[in-house]
Amino acid sequence: MAAMMLLSTRKLSRHFGGLRAVENVDFDLPEGQIRALIGPNGAGKTTFVSMLCGRIPVSSGDITFAGENVTRLPAHKRIQRGMAYTFQITSVFSDLTVQENVALAVQSRLERGAVLAGEVAKALAKVGLQDRADQIAGDLAYGHQRLLEIAMGLGQSPRLLILDEPTQGLSDGEVNDFIALIKDVAKDTTILLIEHNIDVVMALADKITVMNFGEVIAEGTPQEIHENATVQTAYLGG
Amino acid sequence: MLHLGLIAALVLLQFILPAYHHGNLARIMVLSVFAMGYNIMFGYAGLLSLGHAMFFTAGMYGMGLSVRLWDIPVGPAFVIGIFAAAALSLVVGLLALRTIGVAFMIVTLMFSQAVFLTILYFNPITRGDEGFVIAQQVRQIAGLDLSNPTTRYFAALILFAICLLAVLWLVRSRAGRVLIAIRENEERARLLGYDTWAHKLAAVVMSGTMAGAAGAAYGVLFGSVGASFAEVPFSILPLLYVLLGGPGTVIGPFVGTLFMFYLRDLSSSLTDAHMLVAGVVLILLTLFARRGIMGIVRERWLKWLP
Repeated sequence: MAAMMLLSTRKLSRHFGGLRAVENVDFDLPEGQIRALIGPNGAGKTTFVSMLCGRIPVSSGDITFAGENVTRLPAHKRIQRGMAYTFQITSVFSDLTVQENVALAVQSRLERGAVLAGEVAKALAKVGLQDRADQIAGDLAYGHQRLLEIAMGLGQSPRLLILDEPTQGLSDGEVNDFIALIKDVAKDTTILLIEHNIDVVMALADKITVMNFGEVIAEGTPQEIHENATVQTAYLGG
Repeated sequence: MLHLGLIAALVLLQFILPAYHHGNLARIMVLSVFAMGYNIMFGYAGLLSLGHAMFFTAGMYGMGLSVRLWDIPVGPAFVIGIFAAAALSLVVGLLALRTIGVAFMIVTLMFSQAVFLTILYFNPITRGDEGFVIAQQVRQIAGLDLSNPTTRYFAALILFAICLLAVLWLVRSRAGRVLIAIRENEERARLLGYDTWAHKLAAVVMSGTMAGAAGAAYGVLFGSVGASFAEVPFSILPLLYVLLGGPGTVIGPFVGTLFMFYLRDLSSSLTDAHMLVAGVVLILLTLFARRGIMGIVRERWLKWLP
């Protein structure tokens, strides 16, 4: 274990009734990496990251974040310790302005009385929404709402940014901008990315974890995963 | 500015209104404090309570019983009333916030009924349905006779102004923004790192305490304390006021109370079925004006309106 592990899970499981959505997952994410999590629909990817950030409770197993066991911590305490999660289904505050949305993300980590405006502007500029700061979030085009979702994640200045299918529904141009943005963000943030778009995964990921039927079936560099026979049958070649 | 203007206008109205409307307005100000309290929970935090009458009566009986049983002067008794409402709202909040949505509405309704039945059960102490009167000679604070219309008007206005500015401060504060975030999307707020449960509990306590202040003031200013204030219709009234005036706006509750009060006043001079009029208004509102009067004003003209 050369690099420090920012996030680890041991035998992490989640059962819904008889369905084993996630089963005995051992997972290690070193600080500073971009990790992609891929797998067919229903493989348990979203369930897995939802357990990481505390949206849903675990059935069994442990989660360690920055050296601390966070398995029993409520979601807001994990967020306060430096996780951020952006939703698969766009989940911005649609009646508030773009600026207010990001301000809510920024204010949760700043001291009382601190000025939010600068941090808000910074996060908006990163995703290119600075000209739309006063627009109502619900009126934005879908692609822009996705960007706002990411800006809220950035506004939190997390140590670990979990992105759940961030490029879904984006145009090719927007996807390219997104890749550039994440490369920039990754300089000081660890990233865990659930992604279906293989081009995005290959362009960004340092390492890839493949899930199927709730279990990790392979893990390695993009090159290794590309050549892995199990993955081919389960997913890529399917 | 708008809010200070409203307070100034209410000061001026005291000198020019005819006696009848003058008395009405004092009552409206107290009732709109009730509605403002309701609005903190419903309009900002998105929690729909069907039992706010219990907080109003907790304030009213906390004050009233202190005067009746222990001869405490109305000033301190008023403060006791507020603490009674704060304590009740803390307990109810701790229990009711284990539920959400429809279950939350039903739990608050049930707690409120329990309070109503408790008042009836302890008839010898509370005088149950009949209620009791706070005698005119004890309704004094620092030598000022609160049954005098002018004093009463200013007492109501002071309470109203304090609560209005308190709500304004709240919604502009960080905590207020978090409440709005909870109303819009609770899970998102949680995943931005906010303890949404604690914020909701604080909203219930502030809301219940303000409703209790209104109840205690009502007893002091108008002299009557009774179980009818604990009945279900009295829980629905603040909801109506807020829906009409504009949920999630600072002066909406006042506007709604004003309209509803006069609507009832006018319709009861035409027909006995004034609750029917209230019902029709509610239906029209939910069909055509979900954001209420001030909500529409904000949408169309004054985007900055808090």
